[in-house]
Amino acid sequence: MGLPPYATTGQRIWYYSFRVICALIFIFLITPILVVMPLSFNAQDFFTFTPEMLRLDPEGYSLKHYRNFFGNSDWQRALKNSLIIAPIATVISVSLGTLAAIGLSQSHVPGKRAIMAILISPMIVPLIISATGMFFFYSAMGNWLEDNLGLGQNFVGYIKVILAHAVLGIPFVIITVTATLVGFDRSLTRAAANMGADPVTTFFRVQMPLILPGVISGGLFAFITSFDEVVVVLFVGSAAQKTLPWQMFIGLREQISPTILAVATILVVISIGLLATVEILRRRSERLRGMSPG
Amino acid sequence: MTDAAGPMLAADGTPLKRSLARALRRQKLRALLLIAPLLIFVLVTFVVPIANMLFRSVENQIVSETLPETIQSLDGWNAEAGGIPDEDVFTKLYIDLFIAEEQKLHTRLGTRLNYEQTGASSMFRKTGRAVGRFDTDTYTDGFVDANGDWEDPAAWASLMADAGARAALPLTARSWDRWKAVFDAEGKELKKRNLEDFLFTALYTDLNAGGDAAHAMVQSAKPVAEGLAQVSLIDAFKEADKKWGEPEIWQTLTLYSPNYTPGYFLNSVDLERTLDGPKVKPENEQIYITLFGRTLWMSLVITGCCIHLGYPVAWLLANLPASKANLLLILVLLPFWTSLLVRTSAWKVMLQQQGVINDVLVFLGLVDDASRLIMINNQFGTIVAMTHILLPFMILPMYSVMQTIPPSYLRAAKSLGATNWTAFWRVYFPQSVPGIGAGSILVFILAIGYYITPEIVGGTKGVFISNRIAYHISSSLNWGLAAALGTILLAVVLLLYWAYDKIVGIDNVKLG
Repeated sequence: MGLPPYATTGQRIWYYSFRVICALIFIFLITPILVVMPLSFNAQDFFTFTPEMLRLDPEGYSLKHYRNFFGNSDWQRALKNSLIIAPIATVISVSLGTLAAIGLSQSHVPGKRAIMAILISPMIVPLIISATGMFFFYSAMGNWLEDNLGLGQNFVGYIKVILAHAVLGIPFVIITVTATLVGFDRSLTRAAANMGADPVTTFFRVQMPLILPGVISGGLFAFITSFDEVVVVLFVGSAAQKTLPWQMFIGLREQISPTILAVATILVVISIGLLATVEILRRRSERLRGMSPG
Repeated sequence: MTDAAGPMLAADGTPLKRSLARALRRQKLRALLLIAPLLIFVLVTFVVPIANMLFRSVENQIVSETLPETIQSLDGWNAEAGGIPDEDVFTKLYIDLFIAEEQKLHTRLGTRLNYEQTGASSMFRKTGRAVGRFDTDTYTDGFVDANGDWEDPAAWASLMADAGARAALPLTARSWDRWKAVFDAEGKELKKRNLEDFLFTALYTDLNAGGDAAHAMVQSAKPVAEGLAQVSLIDAFKEADKKWGEPEIWQTLTLYSPNYTPGYFLNSVDLERTLDGPKVKPENEQIYITLFGRTLWMSLVITGCCIHLGYPVAWLLANLPASKANLLLILVLLPFWTSLLVRTSAWKVMLQQQGVINDVLVFLGLVDDASRLIMINNQFGTIVAMTHILLPFMILPMYSVMQTIPPSYLRAAKSLGATNWTAFWRVYFPQSVPGIGAGSILVFILAIGYYITPEIVGGTKGVFISNRIAYHISSSLNWGLAAALGTILLAVVLLLYWAYDKIVGIDNVKLG
């Protein structure tokens, strides 16, 4: 889409002004993130650029908000909780989700549409409604677990949050893995069976390596869903299960402290890493699919 | 394999048709077995909780569970006449409240009724404290003086085991059973001092209603009951709280006695139940219609902003060479992948009065330092922050639709003499409409259920219905109303989702 040499002045003006408009929209998309990063190195407890920062004076910058994040027990406990809850929830949603996606990709599944609708529903229903429903049901379930199985209150709290996060991550796993399976060549499993491999071997040695990129990117989606989730954990969890987003939410609502910006920067770096991983996996998956016949 | 007479056979000799059917059945079963664990998991951890919420939005057992006798005797009472019920209903209320007070359930009922009638909560609390001190001890003293067995729990138990006595003293028997059950549930023994006045009030009522049995205790009590003057419980209740003498509370009790009520739903659209059917609430109590309207309106505005900002970007991405487009796509995906709270906090930092945008404007001299713009804690803040957060959801579907539009169409239109604008508007735009539709529904669905961002940057004027739901869950504890509001919101979302499925197809949801 270049500008042809015969373009009129009006067309030239429009061509460049359109690019400027697009540039402004891209700036709109990216600025908030770009503003957060430098501000997190602020030497003052302000949420704005100090004159020292604008002069690029090293005095104006410091790592004190990062030190505060790593030194503060509240933030550390929140980080630990996030790192306990998100991986376990991810493992649950990935293992159950992958199995179900393989089942769904078979040719004759009765009631496929209805099943799909149910499995996707956690993504469609607004979080506040999921949280409300879970709040009622999980507290009853938690009481039952405590009374009948004699589990500790804290442990039950983790179970509740993990189950809730696992179910929220499931649609992402289902969608990505089914998408990968669309390009999967069924004759490969038949060939494996033909050569004497039992279904389990076929799954782990033939099918799994091929759909792995889809499974991993589904897992990353599930992980980020749990890692970033705040509404459900606010309603279902108790103070002992306070996660990183929860702690940030409290910080934003009550005692607003620049430590939040340091945490935000760390999270942005993590999401850049995840984004890069997903992108690499997608490319690899496309390459693999290109290689497989059919 | 075939012969002219018989059906086609498989290798093992069964008819081929049956053999195929069996193989198909096995295949179906295997697929279902693979899906089953997840399906059960989602049903238990997600669908059942949502169904439970729907149930909670109409559930109202608390009234008839806490005041069973009262509700039953109110059955024949005519609420529309505008008076208060007779002594009999007050006797039942006395018994019910006494038992509820022991279990500390009366305050919960008071809170429940307070949603429908202001003041009910304090009424039940006050009365709960007072029921133990009513003048009904004259009954107790009278019966005990006549026969010492009346103050012996064991004698009571044996009397209440006697079928004849139970038939003669129905109210006493029922009250005794409930009272005993309270102590059994707590694993405590019913002692002499637990033979409270309300049991003797029930006995007095039964005996004066003509109850008679051969049992010695009943025989000893009968003349006493005839001789004792009736204690007016209406007066006692009025003394505890004068509102018991007014018709309002009794009308509320009658209206909310059934086990299921549409009351929460009526409340969530600013109506209230009255004896003459639903009525609009007074002007100053109407909030939910406004809030629903605001939620829909602001979601529409946000969707509109996303369309206008997303369309040029999607167009640029679709028309640039792949390498450049991929680079720019990262700028769209990065915010998409960034934590919601990070983006919300960024907007808080940007929009504050001492924030980055105001500082820049003051620095440029566009705004006076004294009159910094108020851009946060109002609708503007919510719209800006949410447009930013939801913009990738608009760009991505638009981009994937625009990628499929061949650029040669535009060239063809122009070579046929169309101006740039005509070519775009008549040729390109109609083909990109499915992308706009998909993106708009997605953004709209996401927007109307948002909670976190409006809560942080919305102040009071920029909040959504979700914030009200959260408020009822965590602060006002009116869970039934929260469930009803959630149910209405869920219905709207499902309707939109259905439309989305019709227009785009849920299978076409793509991520990243």
